[in-house]
Formats: sequence, structure tokens, C-alpha cells
Amino acid sequence: MTDAISVSGLVKTFGTTHALNGLDLTVGTGEVHGFLGPNGAGKTTTIRVLLGLLRADAGQVRLLGGDPWRDAVALHKRLAYVPGDVSLWPNLTGGESIDLFGDLRGGLDKARRAELLERFQLDPTKRCRTYSKGNRQKVALVAAFASDVELYVLDEPTSGLDPLMEAAFQQTVREVSTRGATVLLSSHIFSEVEALCSGVSIIRDGVTVESGTLAQLRHLTRTSLTVEATEPVTGLAGLPGVHDLVADGTRARFDVDSAQLPGVLRHLADFDVQALTSHPPTLEELFMRHYGDATMIGAGR
Amino acid sequence: MSAYTGTGRLIRLALRRDRVQLPIWIAGSVLLLAAGAAAVADEFPDEAGRITALKGAGTSPAVLLMRGTPVGADLGALVNFRNFAFMMVLAGLMSTFAIVRHTRQNEENGRAEMLGAGSVGRFAGLTAALVVVSGANLLLGAALTGTLLGADLPADGALAFGAATAATGLAFAGLAAVAAQLFQSARGANAFAATAVGVAYLIRGIGDALGERAPDGIQVTSAWPSWVSPIGWGTQARPFGEEVWWVLALPLALLAACVAGAFALVDRRDFGAGLIPDRPGPAVAARSLLSPLGLAWRLNRGATFGWLIGSALFGLGIGTLGKAVNEAMTGNPGVTKMLDQLAGTGVADLADTFYAAMMNVYGVLAAGFVVQALLRLRSEEAGGQVEAVLATAVGRIRWVTAHLACAVIGATALLVLAGAGMGVADVAVGGVTGVGPLIGAGLAQLPAALTLAGFVVLVFGLLPRLTVPLAWAGLVASIVCGLLGEVFGLPEAVRDLSPFSHVPPIPAAEVTAGPLAALVIVAAALTTAGLALFRRRNLAV
Repeated sequence: MTDAISVSGLVKTFGTTHALNGLDLTVGTGEVHGFLGPNGAGKTTTIRVLLGLLRADAGQVRLLGGDPWRDAVALHKRLAYVPGDVSLWPNLTGGESIDLFGDLRGGLDKARRAELLERFQLDPTKRCRTYSKGNRQKVALVAAFASDVELYVLDEPTSGLDPLMEAAFQQTVREVSTRGATVLLSSHIFSEVEALCSGVSIIRDGVTVESGTLAQLRHLTRTSLTVEATEPVTGLAGLPGVHDLVADGTRARFDVDSAQLPGVLRHLADFDVQALTSHPPTLEELFMRHYGDATMIGAGR
Repeated sequence: MSAYTGTGRLIRLALRRDRVQLPIWIAGSVLLLAAGAAAVADEFPDEAGRITALKGAGTSPAVLLMRGTPVGADLGALVNFRNFAFMMVLAGLMSTFAIVRHTRQNEENGRAEMLGAGSVGRFAGLTAALVVVSGANLLLGAALTGTLLGADLPADGALAFGAATAATGLAFAGLAAVAAQLFQSARGANAFAATAVGVAYLIRGIGDALGERAPDGIQVTSAWPSWVSPIGWGTQARPFGEEVWWVLALPLALLAACVAGAFALVDRRDFGAGLIPDRPGPAVAARSLLSPLGLAWRLNRGATFGWLIGSALFGLGIGTLGKAVNEAMTGNPGVTKMLDQLAGTGVADLADTFYAAMMNVYGVLAAGFVVQALLRLRSEEAGGQVEAVLATAVGRIRWVTAHLACAVIGATALLVLAGAGMGVADVAVGGVTGVGPLIGAGLAQLPAALTLAGFVVLVFGLLPRLTVPLAWAGLVASIVCGLLGEVFGLPEAVRDLSPFSHVPPIPAAEVTAGPLAALVIVAAALTTAGLALFRRRNLAV
């Protein structure tokens, strides 16, 4: 099966600004893919190229087997898009906007629309000018998810939503994913990506710095361990893969490279361990490592 | 902490934002007046020539309607006659756009919210806007006075000219301040305030056209309608005639009343709100909305109906004047001969010449309508709505074409209603021109509007971020070169650049298909080029 999205070496410049410098992104069909990066990294620019709103300067871009610039209209029938900053027409109601977007895309499912309005608690009779940012976002979400399409392109879709609505959003993404649809989810919210996505790409300054399944990426990271024993735990500092060791009497806290975890556990087995807690690496740590590098490099320059 | 805290800082902010725009308005007005004064001195160096001109063309109600009333035969008086009303229109538009820019527009796009959360009083925004615009008007008035003094014209008249222009600008600043409180969108406030300027100009025109001529055969005393228009008040100051200074109190009184009203409204309404609260609307879209054309029509509907109603009513008003014009002028063989020459044919009916002149005004209105309707292309792009639309299965050409269709159909309806209004009224008062020819005369103006539509599509495809200023500049340049080219003494080659120069004066002249067909071809070429460019370019959000 071909990939839903396949981008390689994508370059996009605006005047002297280099927005994308050879970005790669591959999203398999049926995958829910997280697209992470700090502000200004090029997430929205990438998405606009994928939608044929911007023209790629260089690189290969394929979307649902087509060319997003040349085949824009045909491809758009098969996808739904939620922009990061939803702009609506002030004098149309939310319900009218939902119907309009759905119809321009090729129709929407009325029952599904009603169900989503209920789930997101959106009043469709209000004029769009009276909606808050969160409510405008809900309009775009309902319009997108009420369409039965192959691909959902979501650009920070939950940035204005409260935690309850965040849960509703996650439920909805799982539903379309179960149905077999592909989702590209650009996000800042790590828990959201961890909860939903099987694959992740992290970009910085217009290039992809990390890409793979969540499991693969975690493999590259460290697990935090806290161990409490009846006697001080010795010999940890000499073990391979142990970092940032803090020994405090009978308690020790340290990070372990995930690949070295088995050796550390064998070492601990020789002690009378009373309590052991471990934190799996979070996406946030993963992200911070790349983002942190960026600031360090930035400071060094 | 008072309601005015932060006014000083907001004034500096407004001046920073307007550091290009306001100087361009002022310098542009000065240049036009300098050119106008030079043209008068060049064309009519001696008094006898001026008297002949004023007794000839100057006696036609159509000319009075467009320009105002002659106040004498001096050089300055002729400069007044040819340029004064137009200068007041420019001052009015400068003031209304600037007031709305610094009040409702700030509020609509959220800038005022950011400012209001700082140490800024409730009245600071409005006060700052009024201070800046008042300053601009005073500067404009002083600059115009200086220009006229530089042209060796008498000081009294030059001062009255500048002061009346500034006072008129201030009156419209007041009206715009109220409009900015009443309307929730900057577009709505701008449209209302700019229409007020146009209506004031036309009401004055009607009063002047119906005016009574003094025994000297030159000076005209306006009829009452001129006294209900701020631009009419300005002309009543009669610069370079026998100046009447007290009338300048009228625009200033209107300013004071409007400012008081605007402050009262600011004090009572909620931030971001207009006066009319929102009611719930339909929960599902009507079938008719669900297409690019349906959406474009929905977005343009309100403004279009406003233009059409205004167009029909104004047409009815013009139509009632035709017969009176004919009767008043028939006794004057010199005028008849000259107007026949102007129209380029041997028509006897002076009402037709009058109607042809009025149709030129409608040509400008239709072009203005088309420009404002097509600028929605850019506002939708800059506002981000188009991103979501083009991410659906709607192609770029289809989206532009939908807006183009709304603009062209609206302009066509506007011109048909104008002709029908004139025709119905003409028949009702016993005129002989009739409905059919006047509708035809209206439609003859359409190709010029189409050419400007093509121009807007071209700049939208080529230079998206400059679409708004270039589109309006194109319209203003077409008006200045085409309809006012003679007043400002522009060479024929420059005048021919304007589409308005190529519209035959129907119904006073025969329909000549050549120039109209050429305009349509130019319009189609510009549109095609603009569409091709838009299809190739990045979306400029």
C-alpha cells in the first residue's frame, strides 16, 4: 500500500526567509501521525504545501498518490483540513459554515454532524463573529469530521479547547482511525500526541530531526528510575548508560539509556530493594532534547 | 487614571501608522489643486474669456451639479468653481477613512483589545483618532491656502478655500466617528461614511443645479438642498467671491454634535459590539449558500442591495430634473449650440446631454461598486477564510469567478436600475427621453466598470499584498484622468488611459460600438492575465 503522505527534501523560501530546508515526512495509510515542532519550525508551511496553497520550491511531495499542487481539487475531495487559526465569515452562523465547508468538499453525513455538534457542545445558530477561538475551532472540527474522507489534516486543532473538549477530540480521532482513515496531527500537546499517534515526526528550523514510531523514538531516550533499598545502592555510577545519579542515603535517583535498562535491573537485583518507580520517557522530554539543543546551539552561535 | 489615559500614546501610534497614508492624501490634494489653478490661469488668462465660459457651459445645470455655483469671474472664482467641491470630497474621504481606521478597524481586528487591556482609558482611542484627523484637516487647509497664495490669488479667498475644506473634512470626521460606533465592521462604517460624502456632494449638486442665476448672468444662488449638505455649506462660504465666513460654523457645529454623540455611544455600548445585538440564525445552511457563487453572493448581498436602492432612488431624482433643464436652457441658443458641440451630434434635447453627464457619474459609481466587491478577494485571502475554502474541492479559478460574477451582475443591475429610475421619472414629468434609451445609456457605462474589474483581478494575481491600495489608486486615477482630465489640464494621451474617456455620451450621442467593444476586450485580457497569475502564485496570507 502506498503512503498517504510522502515528502522528501522539501524546500520552501519566502524572499530571504528559509521556511523549509529539505524536510522529510512520511505518513503511512491508516496511520495517526504526530507532527511536532516549536513555533516557526515550518509545520504550517508544510501543511500549506500539502494542501496546494503554497508551491514547493524543491523536493518531492506526494499526497494520496497525487501531486498536491497540480491535482489540488481532486485530492481535496478526499481530505478534510482544520487550520490552526480558524477564520470564519462573521455574518454566517456556525451551522451554515459547517454545511458550507462540508458541501464544498463533496458532502457531509447529517447524522454524524448532529452527533458531533452534541459531542462538542456547539450552538450552530450563533453568528461566527460571536464565537470564541475555541468555538471557531469546534466549527472547523465538526465540519471536518462530519465528512467521510481518507485523510484528515489537522493543524494544532485543539489549541483553544478545554480539557473536556480535548477528550471529545481524542475520541473522534480514534473513531476515524478505527475506520481506516489517515490523520496528520500537528500539535504542541504531548499528551495528545502520545495518546493518539503511532508515528511521530519532529521538525526544527524546517528540517526533520527525528522520525519513527513512538516505540522507536522511546528507544533512543532515557527512563527515569528511583530506587529505595535497606542499604545504600552502590556501584551505579560505574554502570554503562546511567546519567545524573543522585544518591541520598538508601535512596537513589538516576536516568538510564533505555537500551541499557536490562543491565541496570540485573545490578539492582543484588540489593534488598524496597521500592522502585520508573517513568517512561515522555514525548515532552524527547522534544525538549531537540528544542533544548536548538537553544544551546543558538546561544553558542 | 481617567477615561482619556493613554490618549497621547495612541496619538503617536496613529501617526506612526499613518506616516505614509495621510501625507499622500494631503500632498495629492495639493498637487491636484496646484494643477487645477495652473490650468485655469493657462486656459482663461483674461476676464472676458472667463465670463464667456461661465455664461456658456457654466449655466448648464449638469455643470452646476458637478462643480458648484460660480461666485464671480475672477481667476480665483473660476478656480473655486472648477476645483472646490472636489477638494471637499477628498477631505471628506480622507477624514472618514482615517477615523474608521483608528477606531472600529482597531476594535474589529482585536488590536484595540490589546490596547484596552493596557493603561488606556475608554475614550482614549476615539479621542486620539479625532485629534489626529483634526490635525490632518488643519494641515490640509493650510496647505491648500498656501497653494492658492502661491498661485498669486487673493489672501481672503485662499484662506476661505482652505478653511472651508478643512471644516468640511472635520464635519465628515464627526459623521465617521458616529458610524464607527454604530457599525460592527470597519467595512460597514467606511461604506456608510463614504456614502455620506457622496450623498452630500450630490445633494449639494441638486441644490446648485436648481439655483437661481443673478442678473449678472454669472453668479448663482443655490436652492435649499445645498443647505442640508456639509459640502453645500462649504460652497456657501464662496471663496474668491464675497466670502461668507459664518457658514463655517455649520460644519463645526455638526462636528461638535457628532463627537458628543460618538462619546455617548462609546460610554454605553460593550466593547466590540455595535448597536444592534445579534439574533440567533439558521442552524443549517440553505441550499443556495452551498457553492462558491452562493457564498460570494451571501457575502456581497447586503452591500449590493444598498447600492442598488441608492442607485434607483438617485436615478429617480435625476429623471425629475431633465425636463426642467431642457426648458430652462432652450431659450439660450448659445448654450444649445455649445452643448451640441460637446455631445458631438446634432441632438436638440438638452435633457439628453444632462442625462449623459449624469450617466458618467453612474459609470464611476458602478466602477466603485465593482472595485469594493472584488476587494473581498483580498480580504478573504488576508483574513484566512480562503485557506479553508481552497482546502476543499474548490479550485482557485472557480472561487475568483464566483466573486467576479457577483461584482459584474451587481454593476449591471446598478446601471439598469439607474437608467430605469431616470427613465420612469423622466416619463412621469413629461420628458421625451424615455425608459429604454436611458437603460441603454446606463449599460453603455458597463464596459468601463468591467475594465476596472479586470485591473483589480490583475493586481490581485500579481501583487496580492498591494491589491487594496492599487485597486483604489486605479479607480481614482481613472476618475482624475478621465472625468477631470480637462479640469486639471492633462494631455489627451494621459486622459485616454482612463476607461471613462472612451464611453460615448449616450443618450446625447449615438452608440458607437467600437470603443465599448475595445474596453470589453481589454477587460477580458486583464482578467485572464490576473487569473493565470493567481493560479501560479502562493497564497499570501
